[in-house]
Amino acid sequence: MSLVLDVMLALAVIGVAGWTLLVRGNFPAVIGFVAYGLLLALVWVRLGAVDVALTEAALGAGATGVLLLFAVVRLRGGKAEIDAATPSPPQRVAAAILCGVVGLGLAVAMLNLPDPAPSLAAEATRHLPLLGVGNPITGVLMAYRGLDTLLEAVVLVFAVLAIWSMAPDRRWGAIPGPLFPVQSSGPLSLLARVLPPIGIVVGIHIAWVGADAPGGKFQGGTILAAMGILAWVAGLWRLPPVASRGLRWAVVAGPLVFIGVGLLGFVIADGFLSYPPGFAKPLILLIEAAMTLSVAAAIVLMVAGPPERPA
Amino acid sequence: MAEALLLAAGLIFLAALAGLYRALRGPGAADRMMAAQLLCSGGIAALLLLAAATGLAGVVDVALVLALLGAFASVAFVLAARGLGQR
Amino acid sequence: MNLFLTLFSGAAITAGVAFFIAGTVALLRFPDPLSRLHALTKADSLGLGLIVLGLLPWAGGWLAALKLILVWLLVLLAGATATQMIAEHIRRSEPPP
Repeated sequence: MSLVLDVMLALAVIGVAGWTLLVRGNFPAVIGFVAYGLLLALVWVRLGAVDVALTEAALGAGATGVLLLFAVVRLRGGKAEIDAATPSPPQRVAAAILCGVVGLGLAVAMLNLPDPAPSLAAEATRHLPLLGVGNPITGVLMAYRGLDTLLEAVVLVFAVLAIWSMAPDRRWGAIPGPLFPVQSSGPLSLLARVLPPIGIVVGIHIAWVGADAPGGKFQGGTILAAMGILAWVAGLWRLPPVASRGLRWAVVAGPLVFIGVGLLGFVIADGFLSYPPGFAKPLILLIEAAMTLSVAAAIVLMVAGPPERPA
Repeated sequence: MAEALLLAAGLIFLAALAGLYRALRGPGAADRMMAAQLLCSGGIAALLLLAAATGLAGVVDVALVLALLGAFASVAFVLAARGLGQR
Repeated sequence: MNLFLTLFSGAAITAGVAFFIAGTVALLRFPDPLSRLHALTKADSLGLGLIVLGLLPWAGGWLAALKLILVWLLVLLAGATATQMIAEHIRRSEPPP
């Protein structure tokens, strides 16, 4: 039964991916993309990688889908610009061949792995008690490969800066994104009032359990961002201008704390991004908390877009 | 017991997948959104059944996240369709 | 007791699956968007509700059971809101008869 389920899932992922690439029209393509992300989350669950499934559901399907959707709305009427930025058919064929070759290579490599495949999993789990965290994924992300995670955190700040730099000069420091009318009644108004309190609790829960169970800052932060965006599109929450100090601190808090703790490692432990034994978990939790805030702020700002309304 | 739960998950998933035909064909934006919504709730149901069948930790949390973000995505889709003047 | 619970769960989950399949058939076969929407909400809310009901006895603790119910309530809220908004969208975009 489980084999039938898995084959069905795999075929569905390939089918929806192909359809998303081939369909005409941006709106249906985004729907296809979100459906694809949803199916991929199910695939990760079937593979036993629940952490990745959570990330795919939150960031892959949810946040990226909405980001693309806002881009589609912004691009309406801009046919000339879209055509100018669209690669020519030979370029697309070349890209497809390249992707196909890479995919094929990966498949061949996977199928030729010795059984059991070489793995550092046992090693990673063995050292986990030193860190005090129960979730091996968090151990890898925050301790063994902390530098990668730090760079991922910094990338978010650069993404926000890149989007802000699209603003015309006279709008610098202004409020990002379009203005949504206040919904005083109707379904959206209800949802935007009822859902965020629950969503904020769930988002913090997902970020918090990341230490010991599937979850973490990126997934939790995305949920917080989604609740913020919901309140924003319902007109219930006004985004602060990009000149606002608080907003800027929220975006950089995570990476700053991360770098700060990393540098502290020189003094109290063995070097950059290393934690002193017995004190690793509080430091990891501190980074995770600050990062959750920054991820949430960065995603809201990415969806909102460049500053365009005077404060 | 686990096999029966997996069968139920498979059936729901298959149904939601068949519903995706509406997302592919449309004709309107509304139909595509409905199919996406069916896939989301079908996915949630399948995940809950999977969680019960396999006992894998955290799967219910994935369903919880899907439920929250599904609501959010549905709203975004309708607003975008409105902004695009799509039928 | 255990047999009774198993039978109860089996019945509830089977009914849930049936609602999902009915929702899909309606989504594929019904003639206009509004009736498709109407049918879809049944699959969403009742189908998932029945499955949650069937899984409750096996949740392993009342906190886990509460979480299952929370998922269902969220889907109910999301489904109801999204359906209203989609219906409004259909009504706005359709030319008056």
